[in-house]
Amino acid sequence: MKDLLASKTRTIALSLAFLVLVLMPPFYSSYWITLLTQMLIYGILAMSLDILIGYTGLSSFGHAGFFGASAYVVAILSTRYKMGFVSCLVGGIGVATAISMIFGLLVAHATGVYFLIITLALGMVLWGLAFRWVTMTGGDNGISGIPRPDLGLPLSLKDPLTYYYMILVFFLVCLILMAIYVRSPFGHSLKGIRESESRMRVLGYHTWLHKYLSYVSAAAFGSVAGVLWAYFDGFISPYNMDLTASIEIILMVILGGPGTLVGPALGAGIIVFLKNFISAYTQRWLLILGTIYILTILYAPQGLVNLIRDWLKGGEKKTELKGIV
Amino acid sequence: MRKVLFWVFLAMVLGSLIALNPSTPWAQARGPIKIGFITPLSGGMAANGKDMLAGFQLYLEEIGYQVAGRKIELFVEDDEATPATGLTKTRKLVEKDGVHVMSGGLMASTGYALAPYIDSKEIPMTYPIMAPDDLTQRQRAKWIVRTGWNSSQPNHPFGEYAYNVLKFRKIATMSLDYAFGWENVGGFQKTFEEAGGKIIQKIWIPLTVTDFSPYLAQISKEADAVYAMFTGRSALQFTKQYQEFGLKGRLPLIGGGTTTDEHALPSMGDEAIGIITALHYSEVLDNPANKKFVKAFREKAKKAASYYSEGTYTGARWIIEAIKAINGDVENRPKFMEALRKVELRDVPRGNFRLDDYGNPIQNVYIRKVERVRGELQNTVIYTYPNVSQFWKYKPEEFLKQPVYSREFPPLKP
Repeated sequence: MKDLLASKTRTIALSLAFLVLVLMPPFYSSYWITLLTQMLIYGILAMSLDILIGYTGLSSFGHAGFFGASAYVVAILSTRYKMGFVSCLVGGIGVATAISMIFGLLVAHATGVYFLIITLALGMVLWGLAFRWVTMTGGDNGISGIPRPDLGLPLSLKDPLTYYYMILVFFLVCLILMAIYVRSPFGHSLKGIRESESRMRVLGYHTWLHKYLSYVSAAAFGSVAGVLWAYFDGFISPYNMDLTASIEIILMVILGGPGTLVGPALGAGIIVFLKNFISAYTQRWLLILGTIYILTILYAPQGLVNLIRDWLKGGEKKTELKGIV
Repeated sequence: MRKVLFWVFLAMVLGSLIALNPSTPWAQARGPIKIGFITPLSGGMAANGKDMLAGFQLYLEEIGYQVAGRKIELFVEDDEATPATGLTKTRKLVEKDGVHVMSGGLMASTGYALAPYIDSKEIPMTYPIMAPDDLTQRQRAKWIVRTGWNSSQPNHPFGEYAYNVLKFRKIATMSLDYAFGWENVGGFQKTFEEAGGKIIQKIWIPLTVTDFSPYLAQISKEADAVYAMFTGRSALQFTKQYQEFGLKGRLPLIGGGTTTDEHALPSMGDEAIGIITALHYSEVLDNPANKKFVKAFREKAKKAASYYSEGTYTGARWIIEAIKAINGDVENRPKFMEALRKVELRDVPRGNFRLDDYGNPIQNVYIRKVERVRGELQNTVIYTYPNVSQFWKYKPEEFLKQPVYSREFPPLKP
């Protein structure tokens, strides 16, 4: 039975995902569609952080900063300068990537806890900028009233369903690009750095450059999520990029399974769902969310996707981060 | 390990079943009336939020969750006092629960964030607490009625009072660094300086700060008094640290009404005595409606009644009166909205009020001084400005030509 399950898992998972994400949405209520949209956007963000955590072995505590930076660029360009979708997309990704190129110079030499602290500080710098540069960002008020993009198509993106399918396309494109990226020789050398940076250096790899590029590419993919979020929510404020937001993305990655790409996307889906769902039933919803985080760390530190893989392999073998992918 | 997995798997199956469940149809013609309510129930503003919820529930309990022959269902969500969450939760209430009317919200910034969404969905909403000036001034929202107040409203008369009666000439302000704080301080500065006084410095403090000493150390020696605007946890911490810093006896403390509001006042000690603030409510207002409300609220919530609880109590009554006026026909949203704009209430705990042409209440502003009476701290009313409009003594058209109060406006005079 289990063997059968193991051989079929991929097919089952894929067809389930296809059903839930592609075929069924027209039958959902608009609330569930917006919830799925949020899941996909956060899914892109969590996958982008997975490049750093899962593949390069670097935990960044400032990833929400890039998400926020690109969202702010979209908010400013679209509300103040009435720019269209393409220029906002390019602007958002461009600015966030440029920031990460500068930050990367500061962080790429660090590892472990030092990397964590520096990224935390830089994330707070971006948050502080959003909070205090009031003339540009509106400070604590944030920027509201970002219009949904007009692509010149007969379909209106104000409709939740059309917007959802647009996000789905972005999600799939990002997923495929990232999958190619981490499976490329470059991606493999990132994994090498994760396992042993000194060995890689001895082998002649320029590890600093690898880590630098990994950091920049994670930020670039993360900024795509920021652009989509700004259009989705119509509103951006410093709360979207504070420390709590960054930690939440890390938890998505850990819950889903670092180093698997789809895992973090699944983690993002679960957390977005729980955040929106439990709170309707109890005022103590933060407690429940906290319990889930603790249970994950205790019983599934390798993440859900890896947990399932282990189980299908026979249960006695535990995935070390080494064996992933 | 497998047991855990089993449960996780089960949870996921359940979750996806619910997710796949097609939309619940919008409320049937005469089903219950659904009211959505957002308020912070966790974090640094939870004290305010719980007062708000208790006040709202108190009124609904009084009428037995029933109006115009229809039952009332209340949907409550925690907005964590952040605008982004407030928006997410409002979206959930509107799109998933299909509420007929929205209410609640604490932070002025949340007020600004919700307005475009509410207008785009055309869902009637009332703001019993959220006080951002511009929503009834330069960026009026079509689907929002404010039954509370706006941030600068009590501060306009208070600025004059501080100059003419309290005889202060040079004041330093300390305030939380967000829209509500800017607008409180801005309104105070405008009238205080027009009366002849001078604001010598404005110190802005991020919402997350818990140690105020670096900011207290910045207060200029020239100041006659300090104007402080805090709320929730920060109000408690600030007044305490103001005393510990040795400033209490030396430098009089005045401020925005929330600094000594009853949501925090019972938790303060002698450090609060003597602080003078301005607001449109005090728990000890001497009128029958307020006495009845305070008694009922104290019985229900086991704590003092604050402006937050009065605001939502009266706010709930406002919504119910509108529903009565249209005979429970809340599905007709334009009609409902029109009724919400036309409500007139008598015998309100805060004293009577009515809406001006811009949709903001015209109401009394009370200058209050913290005193200890029979062992409890209270906001004793020492002066009343009757029927204060959001534009104070200015002509609305003239007033609206100036920008909304902000960190930079009005600027400090050299």
